[in-house]
Parts: sequence; structure tokens; C-alpha cells
Amino acid sequence: MAQRKPRLAVFKFTSCDGCQLSLLDCEDELLAVAERVEIAHFLEASSRVLPGPYDIGLVEGSISTPAQVEEIRRVREACRLLVTIGACATAGGIQALRNAADVAEYQRLIYPAPEQIRALERSTPVADHVAVDFELRGCPIDKGQLMELLSALLNRRCPRLARHAVCVECKARGAVCLAVAGGGPCMGPVTQAGCGALCPAHGRPCYGCFGPKENANVDALVHWWRHVQGVERAQIAAQLQNFNAAAAAFEDAARRLEGEK
Amino acid sequence: MSGETTIRVDYLARVEGEGALHVRYDQNGVREVRLEIFEPPRFFEALLRGRNALEAPDITARICGICPVAYQMSAVHAVEAALEVQVPEEIRRLRRLLYCGEWIESHVLHVAMLHAPDFFELPSAVELARLQPAVVRDALALKKAGNAIVALLGGREIHPINVRVGGFWRLPRAGELAELARSLPAARERAEALVHFAASLEPPPFPRPKPYLFVALRHEEEYPMCGGVLSTSDGRSFDPGQFEDHFLEHQVPHSNALHCLLEGREPYLVGPLARFHLNFAKLAPTARALAEAVGARPPRPNPFGSILVRALEVLHAVETAQEILADYRQPAVAAVPLAAKAGRGAAITEAPRGILYHRYDLDEKGRILEAKIVPPTSQNQRTIEEDLRFLLDGLLGEDSDLVRRRCEQAIRNHDPCISCATHFLRLDLERVEEVP
Ligand code: SF4
Repeated sequence: MAQRKPRLAVFKFTSCDGCQLSLLDCEDELLAVAERVEIAHFLEASSRVLPGPYDIGLVEGSISTPAQVEEIRRVREACRLLVTIGACATAGGIQALRNAADVAEYQRLIYPAPEQIRALERSTPVADHVAVDFELRGCPIDKGQLMELLSALLNRRCPRLARHAVCVECKARGAVCLAVAGGGPCMGPVTQAGCGALCPAHGRPCYGCFGPKENANVDALVHWWRHVQGVERAQIAAQLQNFNAAAAAFEDAARRLEGEK
Repeated sequence: MSGETTIRVDYLARVEGEGALHVRYDQNGVREVRLEIFEPPRFFEALLRGRNALEAPDITARICGICPVAYQMSAVHAVEAALEVQVPEEIRRLRRLLYCGEWIESHVLHVAMLHAPDFFELPSAVELARLQPAVVRDALALKKAGNAIVALLGGREIHPINVRVGGFWRLPRAGELAELARSLPAARERAEALVHFAASLEPPPFPRPKPYLFVALRHEEEYPMCGGVLSTSDGRSFDPGQFEDHFLEHQVPHSNALHCLLEGREPYLVGPLARFHLNFAKLAPTARALAEAVGARPPRPNPFGSILVRALEVLHAVETAQEILADYRQPAVAAVPLAAKAGRGAAITEAPRGILYHRYDLDEKGRILEAKIVPPTSQNQRTIEEDLRFLLDGLLGEDSDLVRRRCEQAIRNHDPCISCATHFLRLDLERVEEVP
């Protein structure tokens, strides 16, 4: 029997399309990838849609409407391996800022006839709904990590994805440590690596778009900012509440900060 | 008696975001055309309330992964207007350079990977690469050149981290800019090749009985990107600050995106065709000369020919990037100092898909009281629906597969970014048929 090519599928939920665009942005590798896999479902790139099952499903976006709750189950059933890509899919994304707000009020603010708009109260990560096999962090994901993941899966090995903090990448590239040099509230110590310490290398405090690293001690960092560096509470809250606001470690720390008032 | 035949295609592919097209027609004509945008709302304007205005560029970038620079550019200009700060000319030039990168990257993606396959009746650029390997490889290399500009100025291609209100976090180093400049002659050759390729494609005939009403910025010296006066093809002009007095948004039952109409009633078109029509004389010299050589002067009313205009804008952007780099002077500071104050600021810049309006009202601590964002796709939505209506009039009686393909292509003519408009395309063709 001839070996058939693994089938790759890309699915979109509530998102900005940036993470799936990362695949098209792999200009040097794209055609090679297309040789190795059959692109079976990738609406942004191809109007040819093959039915499942799929070997690898990349899922972008958070779950934020009643229909998506159903849809993600169908996607899960159709995919042998399901990989969530990006902060929307892994943590609910920037749109999860509404989780702490009144959605009906949001709808009234934007739409003259809000009753026509269907949206859930909360924007949630894919893993809240179905089992996830791998996740790629970031807003957006890193192209290098995406290629590593795909080549690992195609070669049947485990992807090598860093789980340490951005700080390690900062040291590796010789960037000045902003936490020590007083460069503002840098999220590096509690944020998972993967970006290559991009913001610190540009003299900008990390804003945590790769989400919390394993066992992050966010409270200790918040304490350091407040009592040693004298950072304003509002600025700390903004750092915790952006693209990964609904990730447990950041959400809890933000809640405690709020409670301290 | 009449019966109904429904032809469904679940998603419209090769557009950014998700939406559906609903068409009802019978042998007498088109009954209804609705471009449905189901992309779930993300409530950006609401969640910006209470945030520091300095966060607006990073937060609004997440509206669209395809044109984040456009969001960042409209946001920084609007917030700077509210704070009454002016950035030095050198910073403005670096911003234009960054914007050139996004125009190149976004337009090439659309021209070669999303739109060109239509002209060969292929499902995607992967199949096109088998038929026309040189075209696709060159396009990928060109797209990469655009991405390299964005990555150098912005730190990364998608959701750049180096842009801030007042300027940049870090200025590019002289050596990095020199290396970029060395890479651009090859990009320019590829852009010229892309123009020739686009010019070789035969657009399907489309006699539009009603001319487009084009809306674009117009700038005294430049083909517009950042800055300029809002102008229409019938001679009206507005200050960007007056946008909301003339361009009114409506909610329609079938879409999560708001429709925008001029003076509350006139559909209009923004984007490459509009810019080209209103600013042809300002195109960079090689781009203009090549446009003349391939016979692409305005007016170019056939939207299926927009692929050529996009290719010309790519060449223009490469050339402009080269010009900016040739007389680059390093800004004295990476960013000008800012002081919080209450106020209102609005700005329009030319995203690859057309004008993008941002307006912010700030309190005395620089927090956002109210935000308003009008993206290009919601402005074009009504005009795209009109296109489909006129197109279908000429296709009645044709095979439904052809009708569906033409409709999809007609939508792609305007490169709708449904992520921007909010987003999700599903094509739902319904033919109301006479039962024999
Ligand atoms: S994680 Fe960020 S880049 Fe990815 S889809 Fe969501 S908003 Fe876009």
C-alpha cells in the first residue's frame, strides 16, 4: 500500500488570523511543507476542502459563541492530533478581557441592535472544551516554533518547545536585564520563552504575550514591582490583563492585586 | 409556481476571516444579495475603555493579523493628535518605511496566494506553484522582503512590538538599514515581474452600470499612507477629523460588521482602486512608468483588474522604501516625550485594504473614555454587494458552478478582511427556480 501523506488542517475560531498567517509567512519553508503534507483544510489559503479525518489539526482562536462550542467538538473528533496555536486558542486571547465585564453592555456600546449579536459571556481557551495534544504559545506564535512542531510531528518525535522563562532567552542573546536596570515592569520572569526575548532586546519590558511559564510566581514579581520598583498599580494591572488575561496564573494575580486595594 | 434550489458552499475561502455570501436569484433577475459576516465580535472598542491610550497600538493591532501595522499607525497618529504631540519628520519617514513593508507583504499575499489562483481556476497557490513555479517562488521571495522590512522596524512581522506612541522603542542601526537597502534591488525586480504577471491575466468582463464612488486620502507630495485629506472621486474632500460627520455606520441584520455609508446613504469603495484613481500622478516613477507601459491608467473600473493595481502598489512600496533609505537621517531620539492630557484625537491612514479610521477620547490621565474604529472592509461591504448584484445580472442562466466561482472571485477582488470587519465567509447561493 502506498504511504499517503499526512493530512494537515487549519481551523479558525475567534481570532485575528495572525497565527495561521504565520504559516504562510514561512516563505522559505512553505512549499517544502506543502510537499510533505496534504493541505486538506486551510480556508485562508485554499478553496479545496477535503473531508476529515485529519492527522494534524492546527486550531487558532478562542471559543466565544454558542456555535463554536459545538464546532470545536466536531474538529476534535476529526483530528488525530490537535494543536492549539496562539494566545487566543491557549488562553482566550485579548477578547477574554470581556470575561470580567458585562457583555451585554459591550454589545450595546458597539451595536445599535445588540440582540442580533450572538456571543458568550466568556471567551475561553480550546482546552476548556476538548482535549488538546500540543500548544504553541504567543500572540502571535513564533514561526520557528511552528516549524519545529510540524517537523517533529511529521518525523514522529516529540517537539522541543522551551518551557523556561523569557529571562533565559534574554541572557542567551545578551540583552540588558530591564528588571535589574530599572527599565519598567518586565513580565520576562513569569512568561514562557519562545519569542527570543524580542521586547527586552528592543529596550521594552516584556508584556507577556507568550503567557505564564510553568510554576510562575507572579505574586512575588508583582510585590517586587510595587514595593521595590514603585510601579503604579494600574500599570501592573495592564501588564497582567492583556493577551493572556484569562490564563490562570495571570488572572489570579490580577484578582489578588485588585483585592489588595 | 416557483420552487427553490439552494446551492451552498459552506465557507468562502481565500479571504481573511470568515463570512458567507447569500444570493437569491431566479430567471428574471437577482432578488437579494447579502454578504454575511459571522466573524464573532471581539468588542475592541468596548475593551479599550479605561485602558491607557499608550496601549492602543498594541491592543488594536490584534484586530487583524494581516495588517497590524495599519492599526498601529492609525492608533499612534490618533493618540498623538489627542495628546497634541508632533513627531519629527525622521520618525514619520521610518513609519512610512514600516508601512511600505506591510503593503508589500499584504498585497503580495493577496495577489499571488489568494487572488491569482482564481485566474487559473485553481484552489490555491500550492497548485499554482506547480503550473507557474517561478511566479510563486518570486512572489514568496518578495513577500519575504516586505516581511523583512516590518521585522526590522517592528521587531516581528505580525503584531510588531517596536512601535509606540511618540515614535519607536529602539531605532534601527545603520548597519541593519544598509543591509535592508542592499536587499531591495532584487525585490524591485521581482515587483516588476509581478506587475507583468498581473498584467498578463485576463480579467473577466464586468461592465458596471454605476461607476464606483472612490474614497482615499490625498497628500500633497506622496501617494497616500499616513496623512493627507480625505477625498472622493466626485470632488468632495474632508478633514480626517470630520470623518464621523459624513461617514455613518449602520447595523444590518445579516452581519456582525457595521456597514458604513457616505452621508448615511452612498456606498463607496476604499482601497487600491480608490487610491490609484485619486493619486495616480503621485505613484513612484518606475511604478507610474510601468503602469503606463502596461496600459493601466485610471479610470480602471473593472474590479477584476484590481490585481494589477495591487501589483503596481507593491512596486511603488518597494521604490518608496528605497527612496526613504537613500536619504535616511537618524532621528535625534527614538520617541518624543509625552504628557497625559484630556482630549480627542482622530486619524486616518491607508491600510493595504483602504482607509482605516481611529478616534480616541482621553481623560486627563490619558485613559481612553471612548474609542471608535472604522476598518476598510466594513466600508466596502455595501459596494461589494452591489458588485455581486451587477455581476449576477450578467450571469443569469449560467452554470451554477461558474456563478459561484465568479461570485467568490468578485469578493476577493476587494481583498475583504473579515477579521477587520469583525469576521467568518460562508457562501450560500440560492436559486429560486421555475418548476417545470
Ligand atoms: S493569538 Fe494573537 S496573533 Fe494569534 S490569532 Fe489571537 S490575536 Fe491573533
